[in-house]
Amino acid sequence: MRSRRLHALLLATPGLAWLVIFMIIPCLIVFFYSFFERGTYGGIDYVFTLGNFARALEPIYLTIFLDSARIAGIATVIALLLAYPAAYAITLAPPGRQSRYLLLVMLPFWSNYLIRTYAWIVLLNREGLINRGLGGLGVIDEPISLLYNEFAVIVGLIYNYLPFVILSIYASLQRLNPEIREASEDLGAPAWRTFLRVTLPLTLPGVAAGGVFMFVLSIGNFITPDLLGGGRVHMVGTLVYDQFLSARDWPFGAALSMTLIAIMLLLLFLQAVLVNRAQRDRGTAHA
Amino acid sequence: MPDRAGVHLAARVHLRLVYAFLYIPILVLMVLSLNRAGLPTAWTGFSLKWYGVLAESPAIVSAVRNTLVVAVSATVISSILGTLLAMGAERLNRSSTLDALLFAPMIIPDIVLAIALLSFFTLLNFTLGLHSIILSHVVFNIAFVCAIVRTRLRNFDHSIIEASDDLGAGRFTTFRRITLPVIFPGVLAGALLAFTLSIDEFIIAFFTAGPGESSTTLPMRIYAMIRFGVTPEINAMATIVMFVSFALVLLSQRIDRGSTQP
Repeated sequence: MRSRRLHALLLATPGLAWLVIFMIIPCLIVFFYSFFERGTYGGIDYVFTLGNFARALEPIYLTIFLDSARIAGIATVIALLLAYPAAYAITLAPPGRQSRYLLLVMLPFWSNYLIRTYAWIVLLNREGLINRGLGGLGVIDEPISLLYNEFAVIVGLIYNYLPFVILSIYASLQRLNPEIREASEDLGAPAWRTFLRVTLPLTLPGVAAGGVFMFVLSIGNFITPDLLGGGRVHMVGTLVYDQFLSARDWPFGAALSMTLIAIMLLLLFLQAVLVNRAQRDRGTAHA
Repeated sequence: MPDRAGVHLAARVHLRLVYAFLYIPILVLMVLSLNRAGLPTAWTGFSLKWYGVLAESPAIVSAVRNTLVVAVSATVISSILGTLLAMGAERLNRSSTLDALLFAPMIIPDIVLAIALLSFFTLLNFTLGLHSIILSHVVFNIAFVCAIVRTRLRNFDHSIIEASDDLGAGRFTTFRRITLPVIFPGVLAGALLAFTLSIDEFIIAFFTAGPGESSTTLPMRIYAMIRFGVTPEINAMATIVMFVSFALVLLSQRIDRGSTQP
């Protein structure tokens, strides 16, 4: 048995070593940088400080955090509302076709993020298809600004992450035992009550997982606010980018990154608690 | 139950609308890439000239070459390490620390991994270039390959391996004759997905490429083109990139799924 374990460790070591060297250690470096002072010429002064975190709470940066959370929150809620019925519709298809429908949803998700975002520049600009369409229908007299504002960023985030949210909800809907739903209906509950009291609570872990990942990837996003916000919409991701590449204040950028990771871990923790509770409830429902 | 049928119909219509939302923007790009005029947003006639413009641009050709060097190298390294890691992880006792470590590269915001790697390479005075992009891309590629191979290993009957051991086959023979043929579709599917992620990845490459044009990858070139403005070549570029990504993902899915069905 011991040699078997040793053998397993040996197989895993090169890959684990790679993750430790090129992910864990770099993240630890960022963690330590966040407690140091910025050097005069943009380097690091190895003097302990909590100033970077205090600075992240200054109104100008706090506003960006709150704006990011609001934009990511709106995008996530809309994506969940769009994703739930879509995932539900996939589960209605014959089992043999469900994976094909799901693949059709996921195909754009695995392709180039920059290009999917760029597609919305083409659609939303003043000369773009949507402005022309609305103009042609006589809805608007002159082109309206659809691009380089929060609206465009929210559309871009929904467009890019919707497939992932559908996948996450589909996974939990599919695991659902249809007999529980049928039992509720046989007992005379109307469809809407069965949905609200049975289906939705049991699929909440999938909703939470999809929502948390989309929210985290959205507030940390750089490409979407950069390209569709056109420099007018600042989010945590663009702020980190600026600190590392233009302002050259690495310790402050590191502190912002760590805050982002802390928010992510907190949300993942809350989601895990929710999933555990849902599983416990399901356990009692079976008894 | 008429209300239930109505709800189901509404859900199906909604799904069609979601597909339209997902694919129309991409289709618009593809149609406009065949547009003759320099204006990329109004139709003025069919032409393939923008594809020609791309092929003649030395900057694009060099970016494609760099992207292929990065993606092929990162895919080879991550397929080998990811497969071994999956085999090892499946034999070790369940550990949530290990699961978290293997999951982290998939969910960490890419800008955070990008600045972390830049800090790491800078601290070590490491010269940046294509090789640092490769080292960085392997991080998230390992996680995806490992996840796909682990799923295959979990679905396969381990008593075959024990039978092979009992019959006196050596470890390497068992691996070559039993384990590898079973997991190979998973390895191939993982490799194709890793390759797709690598040719499309922008932020981590952008931060770890270092200064200078010599290590510019295709996504970095596309980003620069988009920042510069909407031009017809981008539509042509986008069309090619989307077709390549779609083909690779479909192939990866087909290999992995086709083999799980007996």
